[in-house]
Amino acid sequence: MSTTGGMITVLKEKVGHVLVPGDEFCFGAEETISLSESAKPERAVCGPGLRRSGDRLVVVKSGVLRHKPPLTFWIDSQQKRYVATKGETVIGIVTARAGDTFRVDFGGSELASLSYLAFEGATKRNRPNVQVGDLVFAQFLIANKDMEPELVCIDGSGRANGMGAFGAGGLLIKVSLGLVRRLLGPNSDIRSDLEQLFPCELVVGMNGRVWVRATSIQQTLIVANLLQSCDTMTAQQRQQLFRRVQQGAL
Amino acid sequence: MKETPLSACERDFILKAIEEKKRLDGRQTYDYRKIKISFGTDYGCCFVDLGQTRVMAQVSCELIAPKESRPNEGIMFFNIELSPLASPAFEQGRQSELSVKLNRQLERCLRNSKCIDTESLCVVSGEKVWQIRVDVHMLNNDGNLMDASSIAAIAALCHFRRPDVAVQGEEVTVYSPEERDPIPLSIYHMPISVSFSFFQQGTYLLVDPCEREERVMDGLLMINFILFGKCTATNNKNIFLYTLPENFFVQTVRNY
Repeated sequence: MSTTGGMITVLKEKVGHVLVPGDEFCFGAEETISLSESAKPERAVCGPGLRRSGDRLVVVKSGVLRHKPPLTFWIDSQQKRYVATKGETVIGIVTARAGDTFRVDFGGSELASLSYLAFEGATKRNRPNVQVGDLVFAQFLIANKDMEPELVCIDGSGRANGMGAFGAGGLLIKVSLGLVRRLLGPNSDIRSDLEQLFPCELVVGMNGRVWVRATSIQQTLIVANLLQSCDTMTAQQRQQLFRRVQQGAL
Repeated sequence: MKETPLSACERDFILKAIEEKKRLDGRQTYDYRKIKISFGTDYGCCFVDLGQTRVMAQVSCELIAPKESRPNEGIMFFNIELSPLASPAFEQGRQSELSVKLNRQLERCLRNSKCIDTESLCVVSGEKVWQIRVDVHMLNNDGNLMDASSIAAIAALCHFRRPDVAVQGEEVTVYSPEERDPIPLSIYHMPISVSFSFFQQGTYLLVDPCEREERVMDGLLMINFILFGKCTATNNKNIFLYTLPENFFVQTVRNY
C-alpha cells in the first residue's frame, strides 16, 4: 500500500493546524501509474494520534499536526494521564518488594515490575541499594495492554546510562505530558530560560513526573512552582515571569 | 484505583521545608489558600473552592414526624459523601474511617453549636416538623476537606429558603414557591472549622494543610469558631500527648 506524493503534500499543508478526531486524509482520485517511472512508494510514517485504515489516514486525537522531514507526521496533543510505552524513560516510586522484584508505581493503571538484577553491576550477591519509597529512573522493557509492564535500569549493553535510584534531596512534581515533551525536545525554550535562572538539577520522566534539585530549598520550590505554572503560558508570558523571578520580585 | 504513594524524597523535602518555615506553594504558617464561594441556581446549593479543594453542599427539606423526645423541634441531618471523583483513594462504598470522622465532625460543628433555631422548624407540635438535610459532596481533594465542608454547609444553609406553611386548626397548607415566597431559615451564627496540622511531634504548626502536607503530618486539630472568637468544639486526630505551650490556644484563637 503506497501513498502518493499527493497525500503527503496535503499533510504538509496542514502542519501546524489543529485537527480533531475524524479528520481524514485520502488518496487523490486521479491515480495514474506511469509506466515509465519506477513505482516508488512514499509512505507517510504515522506517529501518535494518527492511524492508518485502509487507504486513508485518520486522526484519532485532537491536537496540532507536526511534521519531521522527510516523512514523519504526528499529532501533538495535551493530556495528563500516562500510558506506558516501550522504550520511554520514566520516574517511578518503589512501593513494595516481591521476591526478586520491586513493584514500582509510574502513574499508570498497574504497578510495573523492576528486577533486582536490572541495575548496573547487580548480581545475586550484590543487591542494589533501593528501599521502599525511593525514586527510580528506569525505562520500559515491556509495555503493552496485555501484559504487566516491566522496567529496567540498564540499557541494551548493560550500562546504566543515567538510570537507577535517585540520591537524597530534591522535590518531585507532577506536570502534564505536553510540558514534559517540550522540556525534552531539542532546542527547548523552557530549558534555556531555566538555565539562566539558577543552577539546578532536573530529571524529567515521560510519565509527567519531574524531579528538581537546586542549591537551597527556596530555589527548589521556586523552580518547581515555575514549571507547574508555565504549562499553559505562551512563550512571552513565560519569559516575562522568568524575568520577574530573576529580578527577585517573587 | 490506588492512590499515588508518597515517596521518601517528597516526605523529607516537605519536612525540611517546614523546618525552614517554607510551604510548597509559598504561603506563610497561618495563611489560608484562596477561598471562593459560589452558589447554584437552586436555593441551598453552594460550591466552595479552597485552593484546589472543591466541595459542594446542597440543602433540602421535608415534612416528617418529629422525634419522641423532642416533639416541638425540627431535625437537622448531615451527610458527607466522599466520591471517587475527589481522589483515587476514596472508594464508592461509604464506610471509610475518614468519612465517618468527617461526618461526626460536621455534626458536632453545626448541630451542637446550635447555630439554627430548630424550634422555628416546628409546624404542628408532635406531628409535623421540617427535616433539613444537608448533603456535602467532595468534588476534588487537595487537603483540608473539613474546613471547606463547614464553609459550604453553613453558606448553603444561609442561602436556603424553605416553603411557607400556614396552619389553620387541623389543616396544614404548604405553599409552593409560586404561591408564596419561600422563607429563609433562622440562623443565629455561622460556625466555621479551622484545621491546624502538626509536624515533628508538635514542633511545627501549619494552618490549612494541602494534600501533600496532610500526608506527612503527625496530627490534626480542628477547632470550630463562632462569633467573637468563642471556641465551641475541638477534635484531635492522632495527636500526641505533649504539653502545649500555655499561650498556644490564646494565640491561635486570637488570630482568628
